Amino acid sequence: MSTLDLFPVPPSETADLLPRRFRDWFASRGWSPREHQLALLAKAREERSALLIAPTGAGKTLAGFLPTLVELSGESEERGRTQSTRTPSPPPPLRGRSTSADAQSRVIGRRERGTPLAQNDTAYPSPQPSPARGEGALPASAAEPRKTLISTGRSVRRSGGLHTLYISPLKALAVDIARNLETPVAEMGLPIKIETRTGDTPVSRRQRQRRYPPDILLITPEQLALLLASDDAPFLFSSLKRIVLDELHALVTSKRGDLLSLGLARLWTIAPQARAIGLSATVAEPEQLARFLVPQPVGENASADVVTAGGAAPPVVEMLDTRERLPWSGHSARHALPEVYELIKRNKTTLVFVNTRSQAEMLFQDLWRMNDDGLAIALHHGSLDVAQRRKVEDAMAAGRLRGVVCTSSLDLGVDWGDVDLVINIGAPKGSSRLMQRIGRANHRFDEASRAVLVPANRFEVLECAVAIDAIAENAQDTPPLRSGALDVLAQHVLGCACGKPFLSDELYDEVRTAAPYAALSRTDFDDVVDFVATGGYALKTYERFARIKQDKQGRWRVTNPKVRQSYRLNVGTIVEDTMLKVRLVRSRAGGSGSTGAIARGGRMLGEIEEVFIEGLVPADTFVFGGEVVRYEALVEDQVYVSRANDKDAKVPSYMGGKFPLSTYLAERVRKLLDNSRAWNGLPDQVHDWLSLQRKFSRVPAVRELLVETFPRGGSHYLVCYPFEGRLAHQTLGMLLTRRLERARARPLGFVANEYALAVWGVGDLSFMIRHGKLDLNALFDPDMLGDDLEAWLAESALMKRTFRNCAIISGLIARRFTDEEKSRRQVLFSTDLIYDVLRKHQADHVLLRAARGDAATGLLDLRRLSDMLSRIHGRITHKDLDHVSPLAVPALLEIGRESVYGEASDELLAEAAEELVREATT
Amino acid sequence: MADVGFVADFSGALFWEAQRLLVVSDLHLEKGSSFAARGVLLPPYDTVATLSRLAAVIARHDPRQVIALGDSFHDRDAHARLSDPDREALAALQVRRNWIWIAGNHDPALPSSLGGVVATEVAIGPIVFRHEPTGAAGEIAGHLHPKARVPTRGRSIERRCFASDGERAVMPAFGAYTGGLSIRDRAFAKIFGSPGFMAHVLGDNRVHAFVASRCY
Repeated sequence: MSTLDLFPVPPSETADLLPRRFRDWFASRGWSPREHQLALLAKAREERSALLIAPTGAGKTLAGFLPTLVELSGESEERGRTQSTRTPSPPPPLRGRSTSADAQSRVIGRRERGTPLAQNDTAYPSPQPSPARGEGALPASAAEPRKTLISTGRSVRRSGGLHTLYISPLKALAVDIARNLETPVAEMGLPIKIETRTGDTPVSRRQRQRRYPPDILLITPEQLALLLASDDAPFLFSSLKRIVLDELHALVTSKRGDLLSLGLARLWTIAPQARAIGLSATVAEPEQLARFLVPQPVGENASADVVTAGGAAPPVVEMLDTRERLPWSGHSARHALPEVYELIKRNKTTLVFVNTRSQAEMLFQDLWRMNDDGLAIALHHGSLDVAQRRKVEDAMAAGRLRGVVCTSSLDLGVDWGDVDLVINIGAPKGSSRLMQRIGRANHRFDEASRAVLVPANRFEVLECAVAIDAIAENAQDTPPLRSGALDVLAQHVLGCACGKPFLSDELYDEVRTAAPYAALSRTDFDDVVDFVATGGYALKTYERFARIKQDKQGRWRVTNPKVRQSYRLNVGTIVEDTMLKVRLVRSRAGGSGSTGAIARGGRMLGEIEEVFIEGLVPADTFVFGGEVVRYEALVEDQVYVSRANDKDAKVPSYMGGKFPLSTYLAERVRKLLDNSRAWNGLPDQVHDWLSLQRKFSRVPAVRELLVETFPRGGSHYLVCYPFEGRLAHQTLGMLLTRRLERARARPLGFVANEYALAVWGVGDLSFMIRHGKLDLNALFDPDMLGDDLEAWLAESALMKRTFRNCAIISGLIARRFTDEEKSRRQVLFSTDLIYDVLRKHQADHVLLRAARGDAATGLLDLRRLSDMLSRIHGRITHKDLDHVSPLAVPALLEIGRESVYGEASDELLAEAAEELVREATT
Repeated sequence: MADVGFVADFSGALFWEAQRLLVVSDLHLEKGSSFAARGVLLPPYDTVATLSRLAAVIARHDPRQVIALGDSFHDRDAHARLSDPDREALAALQVRRNWIWIAGNHDPALPSSLGGVVATEVAIGPIVFRHEPTGAAGEIAGHLHPKARVPTRGRSIERRCFASDGERAVMPAFGAYTGGLSIRDRAFAKIFGSPGFMAHVLGDNRVHAFVASRCY
């Protein structure tokens, strides 16, 4: 948790902030507290919320808990405060537009007129748990003793109530932190009770936790939501003093962050005295992130204080200079595997990061095949069985592994001290992301982490090169703070109604104290409440089926216990791709996917995305759980596979990874291309590739869009290079093909990667452009985001998936059921039907608005597309070529490997039918 | 089928030109409100959506008779929940047409106030119309909501479909909120015996024929 200190702090300051017992403990370990750890103590004493920005290995977690430990040790106010308890239950906070401002000014006032901070460095801590644990700076009226501490030694049970809530994105992390906290607590003999509460916590313990809360409770955002959605939430939380939010940078980028922010808003109402400490990796805009930690006053910004831990050694990052020929396309990096294997062999423990599960599978399998030295190499990704993942983690912690091939499943989480090298295979995607991954190596932050980037193709070389530069400059590209999603708000509103009944006016004010919802309009809020109550439909036919109703005082409450039960079962915002269980069975000779005939049961290998399986035909082979398997059948939510003898899987199944290339790195790649002098720093093969491109076509300038057209094999191609990531390119491809169809260019399909988009068709595009029949400026006009987009959204499978997530998170459709068991496959189907019907009959429904909000940044990346179209407007350069250009080769090679989109279903179906006829008749 | 020429309409309706007879199956009207009563507040527009698609296919073929092949209403009380405009729209479709409601498992009893006549099955020439398929020759049934997934270039497409072997047929569900059952399910094997039957898959503007064994 902490490491040897290299940045001593003046002893007097330390003594002021840190009680003797703590100083002794630090000393006994040969440590002294770090500057940022003391800074957080000072902030806590000043009643300020704080955001700690620190790299991994900086003793971040201990820093976050120090204020808590000091306060609970009863030694923070050694001058002998008279209060015998800490903050008692506060009066209900003021309501209305000035609520948060008042809370804020109360805090400041408290500090200003509060007692001077303890300067004591002579008083010795009492070896007995002292009853004094308050911060002693409360207004006298609020400080009446109400609860007394009963000390019973190590198994002390305090009646002071919950003091600190620690919230982590990972269940495993919460458990691990609890374990790690036990050490200082035990060694210092602190009378502190620490417990976790996760989905795995037994019911009996949960009930006990409500009645007799521990001092420190470690939970996930979902568990917080559950605790808040109960009548006794005020009892449980009113004593709360500190909230520690771990891995905040990761939490705030998703809907989980929205849910957490609403939970915080609740806590600020119940426990206005509570102060937050956020722990985060380095981000692009710390001030923005710091807003998350304090109640937002109406129409203003308030931020927690930012504390930055300095002194981390810059990482040493290099790109693998492969001896092999660099592939034009693909993501496997197979060419470099012997070199990767060598690196693993030469280091003690190596983490090998890849971008997708299937990449991890393939890489692991290939490494295993060349593992003549019998190195202990393991595989870790989110789809593996939990028990199997734990085994790998334990082996890793015990130092028994030489290498772990992993996905973003290990981006966060438990610290492993002994990793001495990180290898990142494929595209880094973003500089902050890459830095966080690299930070997983060597958790001693005063030593440099070492990393090797292994590009899998030529474009990825460019991306790796600019990522290395970005890291050298410590340039961050984390996304800006989200604006809160309406579907998450709907879930929260229902949760609130499950607890104490609420008034709309009050809840509206409370919700806006959450930073992501600070700008929420009253209309949106009211629509959400209406949605929760009766579905929010223009046709008011569901009044009698209302899930929440207003009483005479206008307070909303849940109408029946089933609603509460369903809320509890369905809380949370993580809608995984529907996952199917993969079971290994014996192959049926010649069998082909009919149901029933397959042997049921079989060993469970893990889970796989339904969308992936839907793309397969029985007898296709793919890699799973480290081996090549043959798809046999799908029965309900079980995928049956058999062991295949093939060495290579037929379906490459690279699904692109969740994250597109960051806007920031994309910009740097365009700059690198535009600066031919900088090419000298690139590997020769890439240098030559770009030079050839310059000779035969053109290398795109920073702000322009290069569009090439050329004939090839009976088709005509249009390739453009926006560098805006696969998701935005896919959307662009969908819209371009619609327009080309209208222009009678008869497009047949397109393929998109992170850098380029290739469209092909029957019509001679070069000819059309030459003769003014096709205007590229008009083709790429931003107005495609109008009607064309609307028409496409009507049928887009991606939009339907986006809508499905909103329908589930908002509580329209349940994921888990109380009584009748309904398979999840049916849920997917029915949300598509709901989407179609709702879109036609109430296009402005709040759920459709939520889905459109998601489409701006999610699977469709519309905002990025729109920014790009504005950027290149009037700056299109067309190259009319005889044949494919060097830059276009990678994109064209992906045809047939990647999903192809673009045609209307009728054409695809007709083609498929003809294909089968041909097959049958020849 | 059975020497009778039928047109499989891409909407999921079946048209018998010679008889000017239109058949639709499994409308499941008021399925939305049925779910709403159980706390799942689905958009209450499924009935109007289904009826307007029905109106469109009726306008295309101008049939003299219409058979609704069972499960026209999602539950026993569903007909009572029809909104006034929907009730009127339904009545308008019935004007100058013989309208036959075949009873289904979801709607075994329908009141006469809905117009038309109610029957458990109807035989016209060599063809028998009933809700639940028995596998008898000359039978046109519904109930199973067949759908098929077709592999195409780059992705697969799943749609509702007619299932038929030229002797008997199972119609797709017509209702806006009706899901589907894969034609590779055992239920279809029981009716057709061998997997040699065809799936007539509903496209956006056409119907596409596939051998069922090539779908999944």
